[in-house]
Amino acid sequence: MRVLVKNGHLLDPVNNIDGRYDVLIEDGKVAAVGADLALAVNDAEIIAADGLLVAPGLIDIHVHLRDPGLEYKEDIISGTHAAAAGGVTSVACMPNTSPVIDTAPVVEYIINKARQHGCANVYPVAAISQAMKGDVLSEMGELKAAGCVAFSDDGVPVVSGELMRRAFEYADTFGAPIISHAEDLSLVGEGCMNEGDVATELGLKGIPWVAEDAATAREIMLAEFTNSRLHMAHVSTRGSVELVRQAKARGVKVTCEATPHHFTLTDEAVRGYNTNAKMNPPLRSQADVDAVHAGLADGTIDAIATDHAPHHYDEKNVEFAIAMNGIVGLETMLPLTMNLVRTGVISLRQAIALMTCQPAAIIGIDRGSLNVGAVADLVLIDPEFEWTLDAKQLKSKSKNTPFDGWTMHGAAIRTLLAGRTVFQREQ
Amino acid sequence: MNFNPKHILGIKNLSAAEIHFILDSAASFKEINSRQIKKVPTLRGKTIVNLFFEASTRTRTSFEIAGKRLSADTINISASSSSVVKGETLEDTAKNIEAMHPDIIVMRHSASGACDYLAQRLKCSVINAGDGTHEHPSQALLDAFTIRQHKKKIEGLTVTIAGDITHSRVVRSNIYCLTKLGAKVRVAGPRTMLPPGLEKLGCEVFTDLREAIRDVDCIMMLRIQRERQGKTLIPSLREYARFYGLNPDNIKLAKSDVIVLHPGPMNRGVEISSLVADGPHNVILDQVENGVAVRMALLYLVSGGESVQNV
Repeated sequence: MRVLVKNGHLLDPVNNIDGRYDVLIEDGKVAAVGADLALAVNDAEIIAADGLLVAPGLIDIHVHLRDPGLEYKEDIISGTHAAAAGGVTSVACMPNTSPVIDTAPVVEYIINKARQHGCANVYPVAAISQAMKGDVLSEMGELKAAGCVAFSDDGVPVVSGELMRRAFEYADTFGAPIISHAEDLSLVGEGCMNEGDVATELGLKGIPWVAEDAATAREIMLAEFTNSRLHMAHVSTRGSVELVRQAKARGVKVTCEATPHHFTLTDEAVRGYNTNAKMNPPLRSQADVDAVHAGLADGTIDAIATDHAPHHYDEKNVEFAIAMNGIVGLETMLPLTMNLVRTGVISLRQAIALMTCQPAAIIGIDRGSLNVGAVADLVLIDPEFEWTLDAKQLKSKSKNTPFDGWTMHGAAIRTLLAGRTVFQREQ
Repeated sequence: MNFNPKHILGIKNLSAAEIHFILDSAASFKEINSRQIKKVPTLRGKTIVNLFFEASTRTRTSFEIAGKRLSADTINISASSSSVVKGETLEDTAKNIEAMHPDIIVMRHSASGACDYLAQRLKCSVINAGDGTHEHPSQALLDAFTIRQHKKKIEGLTVTIAGDITHSRVVRSNIYCLTKLGAKVRVAGPRTMLPPGLEKLGCEVFTDLREAIRDVDCIMMLRIQRERQGKTLIPSLREYARFYGLNPDNIKLAKSDVIVLHPGPMNRGVEISSLVADGPHNVILDQVENGVAVRMALLYLVSGGESVQNV
């Protein structure tokens, strides 16, 4: 089975390719990359990519697939469909499922279900502590052997400094990074949005930026102390971006990600008590958004990740204070990131690197490039494609997005997973 | 002018003219409350549901009396404080009530934004009787009415509001109301009780009560919630009273004709000493009396009432 992606603008940061080339796929792998390969190939299915950007399939290392246990919000099938529609071919899924991803059978269940029924690669992130209770380390060795790529108690920060220290050391023993959702819970209290002018006006309890910064500082110090790998999830404050920048400068093994909603929206979006603007970390101030932009531009931030958090309508159709945190993001990552390119915050090449090879490196997977011999996960992007987001049309089971009705620029036109088309946009 | 809002959710979106219109309407209704027969047929056949998810004596009674004096049928529902605990969503509770065709739902709820939430989902009118720490519009209107009664005007006055500013819905509504009417508003409290961005709401912020009340025309003391003592916001009620209580000594810093307001219920000896609460400057019971007239005006205007001349 041969497929030729012909005449696209190929952008592969790993191989420093940025120009008009063809990609030949054979048996699901990249067989050749070059100009005018068609002259030498006559028995392949041709995919015309004229006017399109051809890049490695996008990689989102922060996704909640809700499977097993919370399938009323999302499952591996619907979640990977959403991924494919967003041009995403690989996701790392977070362990706050039911049961928690803290045993090898759960890791195996997810990987097998994704292989059999999914349309994206799924890499489980297992829990740091058993049942994410913050007491006892999970069986990290066995979890890693079963296929998990990192450890995180995402959404439920490890309070104990001692447990976190040991988590770094033990995870490092097996070569896996720790992903931290940084929050000092005592500073968060009952806060439900960013502390600031808008919270004051709306009479909603605030979450101060120092709740994230203080926790980020602790994680960096522990990673430095244990000489272990730390990845900071969803940095959202000026302070945490700066802490990561300084830590990198002195050689700490730290990486970090930013979400499209944190680089696109401020806490102004909460006005009207919009529960689709409720997330954790909360939407912050313009100064924080600017700092995230600067971090993306100067390389402090290594990856764009969505924190795709599907929630049922009923869980958002309530008073703001009791609404669930989070929004779906897989299908809006690409256009929101393209906005950063269009407005000059980052280059196109940076954007692709932030969504492909850089996140791949963080979780150590052999994806994110078009190396000859690599698995042919590809996305064909029309960077100028204009469309209106209709939440009802999302592939995700859940429709909780603050971007409903937005005019978007840029879309995945076709997504290939190991050479097989898993999504094609109707035009 | 005529002003017939569908809902009264807060002061923030009202204009000065609209606020004056409400206060003028309330002035006409106030007279009814001193009649021998304190009832007019204005809202006969209308049904008003007082849906209170939080304990309240003053506000609920005031709305109930206001409705009854206008001949509306008023029903009081005291629901559990949290719809989650009860197992029914706020939307379902409200829609069940709406199915019985009330004309107005007056709601008090612990969640900020709960009245906006309801107004977006129901066809009947919604009046906010206090939502979380967001707004309490009828309280601010009765405060303005009381100030106007005693000072004959509001424009040009300086009003200090002191206490737990963060957790007060009264503060937000009062800042909007008084600044729209041309008063200067100061807020005062320990920094643990002052949220960021108050200046943007149009007030001056003080941490020293004595400075805050110097030469002011009106002082509004807020109830300090007893359950907050010994937690992280204040060490003790004793210390709070010493630095933030209004007493016969520090009140001398204000203008000699200062008036003292309190939305109640008072903690005597904490935020206000009895000598002040019962003293010559206090207008606290006037506030309660005026509350009925203001709420009559709100119920009337929301129901589509026009001129208040002939009620």
